[in-house]
Amino acid sequence: MLQSVTTTVPFDLKQGLLFLYQMQLIRRFEEKAAEQYTKTKIRGFLHLYIGEEAVAVGVIKALNEDDNVLATYREHGHALARGMDADVIMAEMYGKQEGCSRGRGGSMHLFDVAKNFFGGNAIVCGHLPVAVGMGLASKKQKKTNITCCFFGEGAAAEGEFHEAMNLAALWKVPVLFVCENNLYAMGTALKYTHAMTDMVKKGAAYGIESAEVDGMDLNAVMDAANRAVQKVRSEGKPFFLVCNTYRFKAHSMFDAELYRDKKEVEEWKKRDPIPQFQQFLLQKEWITEAEIELMKQKIEHKIQLAVDFAEAGTWEPTDQLTKFVYSDTGI
Amino acid sequence: MENPVMKTTLTYREALKQGLREALQNDQDVFLMGEDVGRYGGAFAVSKGLLQEFGEERIMDVPLSEAGFVGAGIGAAIAGMKPIVEVMTVNFSLLAMDQIVNNAATLQHMSGGQLHVPLVIRMGNGIGRQLGAQHSHSWESFYAHIPGLIVLSAGTHEDARGMLRLALQSPDPVVLFEYTSMLNLEKEIDIESPIVDISKAKVLRKGKDITVITYGTGVYKSLEAAAELATVGIDAEVIDLRILRPLDDFTYLASVAKTHHVIIVEDAWRSVSVSSEVSSRIMEKKFYDLDAPVQRLCGVEVPMPYPAHLEEAAVPQKQDIVNAIKKMLRHG
Repeated sequence: MLQSVTTTVPFDLKQGLLFLYQMQLIRRFEEKAAEQYTKTKIRGFLHLYIGEEAVAVGVIKALNEDDNVLATYREHGHALARGMDADVIMAEMYGKQEGCSRGRGGSMHLFDVAKNFFGGNAIVCGHLPVAVGMGLASKKQKKTNITCCFFGEGAAAEGEFHEAMNLAALWKVPVLFVCENNLYAMGTALKYTHAMTDMVKKGAAYGIESAEVDGMDLNAVMDAANRAVQKVRSEGKPFFLVCNTYRFKAHSMFDAELYRDKKEVEEWKKRDPIPQFQQFLLQKEWITEAEIELMKQKIEHKIQLAVDFAEAGTWEPTDQLTKFVYSDTGI
Repeated sequence: MENPVMKTTLTYREALKQGLREALQNDQDVFLMGEDVGRYGGAFAVSKGLLQEFGEERIMDVPLSEAGFVGAGIGAAIAGMKPIVEVMTVNFSLLAMDQIVNNAATLQHMSGGQLHVPLVIRMGNGIGRQLGAQHSHSWESFYAHIPGLIVLSAGTHEDARGMLRLALQSPDPVVLFEYTSMLNLEKEIDIESPIVDISKAKVLRKGKDITVITYGTGVYKSLEAAAELATVGIDAEVIDLRILRPLDDFTYLASVAKTHHVIIVEDAWRSVSVSSEVSSRIMEKKFYDLDAPVQRLCGVEVPMPYPAHLEEAAVPQKQDIVNAIKKMLRHG
């Protein structure tokens, strides 16, 4: 496994604190979401990203504001890292019309076009061809923005994955593919779903420059992402970045986790990206324990405000049910 | 005196090509991608010569990856381009159905109105010439079932030439059906392409005795049947639905109120089809205007057989329409 090779830190104190804040925010936001789920405030599917926060934060921080981001149905972390407000995400999960997708999407369909955040895509691998198309448009329009597409290793077993890889390489489109390898496609382990378990080879097989990184280590992710993004932007070609990570929680709220050993989960938790990064900041003396405590309080407050916002949100009148099926400006 | 309208005789294929050329000429954001559309000249020679005229950037050959390139079309549309994606035939479109149904048709709704997918997907549909079970499908109803899609059917040369232009103005995804068996068919049409309305069905022949509702390959067959019926004193009104989603109820319901008799003609399988939907709407809204039950002539429910005589027997022919209408009106 490739580890971070840089000795210099590619960010300053202020940024470092922001990264910690974002990872903490994602963690606590999702813990709160799970709590609200058990209170039946949030329904449907709820897929938690807990344990994988370093991937979304590390990769998205390497992007520019005008770059496109597409994610999966496990995307709360990506949405928050992209700068979407916790309020509108929580309201979306409540199904309220103040939500980022006006409550029409729910947990799996967070969208914010102003932030170039294109979901929230819940058909495994269905968004990879779309990402290729967005990259193709940038190329045709001679824009300098790139498209970043997150997906799990499970997606790499889909036919659409292979079609998208081939098209991306063939057309030389500026797309960064980020494979979040959390070792389980829902409840089936990598070794039971892929004949070739070395994920990085799946990009390389199509002639796409590929790399893998320890997805539990924020510094390593950022370093790898910075280099990958720089490559995609300067060369206008796709890049395939595998982030090896682990989901600490169940696949969804309906999952009894019969398929993995509790000891395995405990082992991975020792590599929790948040304490790791916290330790790094403490060692650098960029933060103190007291400041961490203060940050946590700030986050608690923010999340409470998000819950309050969602609670105070309103239901879309049912007479608007058929809105957003066709455009108002339609033919 | 007005100037006489200049006429031209052209094949359905040439009409499609003219429409494509115009679309590419009119808007630099429009590009065509599909299997064999460039160097090969199009599987049905519809895009022959366009690569030379417009270049590789705008006429893109793609690999055999229906989900991949339809999905890429969706992405490009979201990002501001106006792609025309050619799926060679409807038969292969099921490989892209996830993209069409789960992405193109839903993104606007899932995003609460933030995203729009101005994409046109063209596909050849229906029987060709003895192409067998896997290459002869009539699957308009699959796509007409999906909220979020606009589904057009080019049953005439005018529409083969004109529908694409308006489809490209749609902010929402359009599935445009073209008909393989009509490619070599010649017709005389106006030289100037008038603006084609794609929000309404069209009465192609006025009549007072019976309404024939049809689309696609049923259109010319129904018009020929109506011409024959006229010789025995039956005056049939023929309506081309043209837009299979959203259906223009107004046009055919008005006709039903006038003629009190209806037959619906389509090549597609009978069960759960466009004809069953139209029949149902007539029953719901014009039941008391009917003098007889709505009748349907549809494709026989069998995978398309290879031999010519069986293929012919599997879809309604002109004579079937004539006979059915005579029977309905108790004529002869």
